[in-house]
Amino acid sequence: MTNAPRILYCHCQYAQVVPAEVKEAVLRKLCDSGVAFDAVADLCELSARQDPSLQRLAEGGAVKIAACFPRAVKWLFHAARADLPLDGAEVLNMRAQSAEEITAALFNVEMKPNLPKGKVTATDAPATSVGVPVN
Amino acid sequence: MALSTQSTLRVVLYEGQDAQPLEGVDRFSALTALLEKGFAVTRAVPGGRVAPHPRGSLLVLGNFAGREPQAEGVSAETPVRFQDITGLDAAHIAEAAEGVRAETGAAKHGDWKPWFPVIDYDRCTNCMQCLSFCLFGVYGVDEQNHIQAQNHDNCKTNCPACSRVCPEAAIMFPKYKAGPINGDVVQNSDLGKEKMKIDISALLGGDVYSALRERSDAAKARFSKERDDKKALQERQKCLAKLASAGDIPVEVLMSLPSPEEIMRRAEDAKAQAQAALAKQMQTS
Repeated sequence: MTNAPRILYCHCQYAQVVPAEVKEAVLRKLCDSGVAFDAVADLCELSARQDPSLQRLAEGGAVKIAACFPRAVKWLFHAARADLPLDGAEVLNMRAQSAEEITAALFNVEMKPNLPKGKVTATDAPATSVGVPVN
Repeated sequence: MALSTQSTLRVVLYEGQDAQPLEGVDRFSALTALLEKGFAVTRAVPGGRVAPHPRGSLLVLGNFAGREPQAEGVSAETPVRFQDITGLDAAHIAEAAEGVRAETGAAKHGDWKPWFPVIDYDRCTNCMQCLSFCLFGVYGVDEQNHIQAQNHDNCKTNCPACSRVCPEAAIMFPKYKAGPINGDVVQNSDLGKEKMKIDISALLGGDVYSALRERSDAAKARFSKERDDKKALQERQKCLAKLASAGDIPVEVLMSLPSPEEIMRRAEDAKAQAQAALAKQMQTS
């Protein structure tokens, strides 16, 4: 057993919103590595099914997730009754980040939790765009 | 059967003890083929940590070369099958998994595009506008009268209309093309965007329900006077095109809407449900 964070990769199979070359490069790097990981065809589908494996994943300690926007991933897990730990989940955004950035973060044992935290109001919304919020 | 109660088949690509590891390129091809068929796949290596599968069956694939590993801790709720993939190419591996899926009666992937609203409860104020607005019964409330997306498969694929009526930009469709509906960070400017907020009532010229009633009456009167199907269809198409462009609502969704009377009935049901939930909420607070 290692203490490295677990890895979840989402293939976003049923939409063309994640660049194919990014998905392919990330999956290829994962396959070339010696690490264990979970790959799902579509995180949205698992969320709609309330797949219990999401709950186990959320409860299993630190996890790095290569998928889409952290805000979407946070609430997809919530919809599956599997709230991710705010201080133990790092979401890498394949819609906005490069494959190199994502794989570097996936294989880095250091966690950079980046799920949005807490209640916000209209006035809390940031005025400028940031691709992935980093806390 | 509801999506959340269907059993699924999870696949494990096993490369631990008693299995020869796959070449990197073969591993990538096999995983890609399995993911494209809709499977969730765990790559297991000695010492690795992966999530177990508590609902449905487990299919363990590996280059076993005749030496099938022994499964430990298997329960009746999680049947496990082994499949030797020595010498199989990616397409045949995916085909084998599909065969086991069919045999075990697990859910078939790809029949339904997972398109449904995901609520950001950090932003949601439980105002029930989405519940009042949706004609397809996607929304409901839980025991505490909190809004929920309940019937995901009732949602109309590629239609983000309810996210545009949300005053707090709290409704996401992760597969949508643009932010903040796709889950990107909400900016202050998004909240005031003309395109973000569709005021359907304004679009129809006033109160949505009376407007729909008027439209229905006018259509009936016109039909009885003119009996001009072509003109009625043109009028409907004109209105649909206006809605489609304002809300980025797929024309197919609008064309599949029921009759004005049925829309009225559903809208009034949804409105009543929302008002009841809000009233209960007021009583308990």
